[in-house]
Order: sequence, then structure tokens, then C-alpha cells
Amino acid sequence: MPFKHKDLLGIEDLGSEEINLILDTAETFRDINQRQIKKVPTLRGKTVINLFFEASTRTRTSFEIAAKRLSADAINISASTSSVVKGETLIDTALNLQAMAPDAIVIRHPSSGAPHQIAKVVNAAVINAGDGAHEHPTQALLDAWTIRQKKGRIAGLKVAIIGDVLHSRVARSNAHLLTKMGAHVVLAGPRTLLPLGLDKIIPPAAGTIGLAENVEAAIKDADVVMMLRIQMERQSGGFFPTLREYSIHFGLNRRRLEMAKDDVIVLHPGPINRGVEIDSDVVDGPYSLILDQVNNGVAVRMAVLYLLAGGD
Amino acid sequence: MEFVEKACVMTAADMNRVLTRMATQIVENNPDLSNVILVGVRRRGVPLAETLAGKIKEMDDVDVTTGALDITLYRDDLSTVADRPVINKTELPSNITGKNIILVDDVLYTGRTIRAAMDELIDFGRPHRIQLAVLIDRGWRELPIQADYVGKVVTTTEHEIIKVMLPEYDATEQVLLVEQKKV
Repeated sequence: MPFKHKDLLGIEDLGSEEINLILDTAETFRDINQRQIKKVPTLRGKTVINLFFEASTRTRTSFEIAAKRLSADAINISASTSSVVKGETLIDTALNLQAMAPDAIVIRHPSSGAPHQIAKVVNAAVINAGDGAHEHPTQALLDAWTIRQKKGRIAGLKVAIIGDVLHSRVARSNAHLLTKMGAHVVLAGPRTLLPLGLDKIIPPAAGTIGLAENVEAAIKDADVVMMLRIQMERQSGGFFPTLREYSIHFGLNRRRLEMAKDDVIVLHPGPINRGVEIDSDVVDGPYSLILDQVNNGVAVRMAVLYLLAGGD
Repeated sequence: MEFVEKACVMTAADMNRVLTRMATQIVENNPDLSNVILVGVRRRGVPLAETLAGKIKEMDDVDVTTGALDITLYRDDLSTVADRPVINKTELPSNITGKNIILVDDVLYTGRTIRAAMDELIDFGRPHRIQLAVLIDRGWRELPIQADYVGKVVTTTEHEIIKVMLPEYDATEQVLLVEQKKV
């Protein structure tokens, strides 16, 4: 099945077959990352621009490595060192980059919908690397792939997504992806950080989505526990009293994790706030696949770049 | 796409005989079989490499290492084909430096696949020597590449297609010369 999209703006736009195509393609790219020479000539002569308006270590590095291992030229632009600080608008920045004929633009932006705006005005493939509280499709893809590798399937699994769902683009993309693939998603967290009606935003799919009474109910018999980062940069609204209190009521510790299935896996998109949403002994413990996620991120992004920027 | 069958180039018996002869030639040319790796080019080169390894085993009782190469990421026409081709796994022994590699493919045509295969091999290490074995050489080369072991040379026109059918992928085992049906 061919991949027919110009851009990757969100998981919402993808069908389950397309998701599987990306994950299967990532499978073959994983081998390249284990070779001595971790480079193939596939995107030679192509240019990938990483346009980051928000801080990022993992995603930006991951996209850069992915592009370079495919022999594309990767250029990184961060907002703080760009003409944005001189007052250039987002669309003007995009048009100027377009004038230099890149083949793909990877964008992270604090405003939801920014990548969609750019996609309308440029010919390059636009890849959303996180827009506000909207979507972060490559993160959801690498999460799904990590789950599939470990569990052999996604359909039928109980996946608990816990924490600051309200501000989390990772949660939104995962909610779309996991329900499309037939998983049963359960959300939990402080009431103030659970968006009203998220279960209604997600269109009917093979799986289900719902809210749990509390964190324990979400974790009980879960196959996958996905913890979300408390987004310190978006907590001006007084959503919870203190980090300590948050940790006591909503943090993942060993005691809570024991309620999950015996072969549970723990995911976290990073960066981790150790001792806040997740205890250190869980992060470093045997159920944690947090570094596997990072490892998988490169192959998933290679797959996305190959499928979107491989043509002329 | 519909095809008109123009001729049967090889029957299953012909293929078996030819592959036996090629296996013999490989043994003759490579006194140290323990240093040889038969690398099939996906898809149909892979079962052919296995067949050759099986015949060498019968003849000399030596287990020749085999591998599989998917050259998709090394194609020189990737950006011009409409849809991204599906990529399959490349499976090679961990170290190919110093080895005698014999690339195996079903049909040698423009030579571009073999160019890509050699580029990919060299990314895995520095083989001592690379040889090429093909079941059919149909001419029309676009690169200076020749095979060391050829099953059969078939004269073709540019519009004809050689269809190598193997039990691993097709219902029958034979080689056909076909042409695309004119509409």
C-alpha cells in the first residue's frame, strides 16, 4: 500500500494501514542503525530543515540523525537564533525557507496548527514534530512501535495514559493512534488536567477510550503504562497545588505499578521529571522501555522521511 | 498488467541442470569455499542462492554461508518512481571483510541492480572479491557490468520481459519470455 500524503501533520489523518506501513518501514531501518556504517544513500541530495520554535533534545537530534543516516543534508534552525526574534511572521519564515528549496521541513511550534499553516504555503513535505497541545505524530508512532515490538500487537491491549493530558500532544496523538489500532486507552490524572470530552474528540475506532476514576483504576491490569511529563512551562493555571502532592496522588511508583499486568511495560516520552510523575526506581527498573523509545525514534523518523521526502 | 507469453526459455528441468552446472563452476573457481558467501538479491536471487548452496553441499559436503540483500535504499531511480517501494530486510553475516562474495540474481539486464548491490555490500565491509552469478543474461546493459556465472544468455528486444518463476514466489517453476499486451 503506497503512502499518499504530502505531509505528516497528525495521526488523526492516517488510517491503520498507513500506520502499519510506517512501522513496517521503520523495522527495516532499525537494521541500518545497528550496522557499522550507519548510512544509506537513499536521500542523497535532499535537504531537511529542522525548524524548532521550542526546546527539544530528543526529537531534534533524532530527526537530524535520521536525515543524516539517509544521506540527506540536515539544517537546524532554532527560533532563538532566527529572524523570528526580529519580528518575522511564521508564514514569511516558511516562504523564505521554501525559496531555498528544501525537500522536507520538520517543525515544532508552541501553537497548535502551526505546521498546518506552513504546509499550505510550501511545496516541501512538512512533518509535525509537536504543535502546542495538538499532536506529536512521530512520538506516537515510536511509542506504538515500541509496544508492538514488545507485545507483538497493539489491538486488545489496555494502555493507561497518566498525567497532564490537557497539555499533552503526545497523549492526543497516542489516543488517536492506539484507538485506530484497536487498543483500549484509559486516561487518568488530576481532574484539572484531563480535557473534558477527549473521548468524544476521538472518532469511533477499532479500540476504545475512556477516563479512569483514579490512577490505580487506570493502572489495574494495564499492559502498557504511559506516563506524561508535568509540563512545568505550561503550569501557570494552578492546576495542582504542589509537585509533591502531584507525585503522591498521580506519580508512578513501584507500589502502583504492581497493580498492572506482570509483563507491563512503562513508557515516557521524556524529558523525565524524576520523583514527580515517575519514581527513579521505576525509570531505571526492569519494566521501563524509556530508552528503547528513544532508540526507536531514529528508525521511525527515517521511515517517515523516506516515505515523504523520497520522491522528487 | 497483462502479458502475452512468447516462449518458454527454460523448464524446471533446464533450470535444475543449469544451476548444477553453475554450482560446479563456482566450486571450480573458489578453492576455499569456507570463505565464500552466496548473497541473493531480493527477491528472486535469494532462493537461487539457497539452491546453489544446496547443490554445493551435495557435491562437496561444504556448508556455504548465504545472505540476502535488499537494494531498495541504494536504487538510483528512487526519486523518480511514483510510490516509495516497500523495503525488505538485508541479512548478511556480521563481517564480510576479506570474503569472496558471489552475488546471485535471477536476471541481468541494465546492470543497475548489481551496481546498487555492490554499493550496499561495500557499506558492510571490504570483501576480497565480488563475483556475479545470474540465471539469465538478457543483454541491454547500461553499465559496464558482466556476470562470472551465467545460466543462459537470451536475446531479447527492449520491450520483452524475462519472467523467472520460482516455487517460493510463483505457482510454477520455469522461465518465460513475455511481452506486455498492447491495448
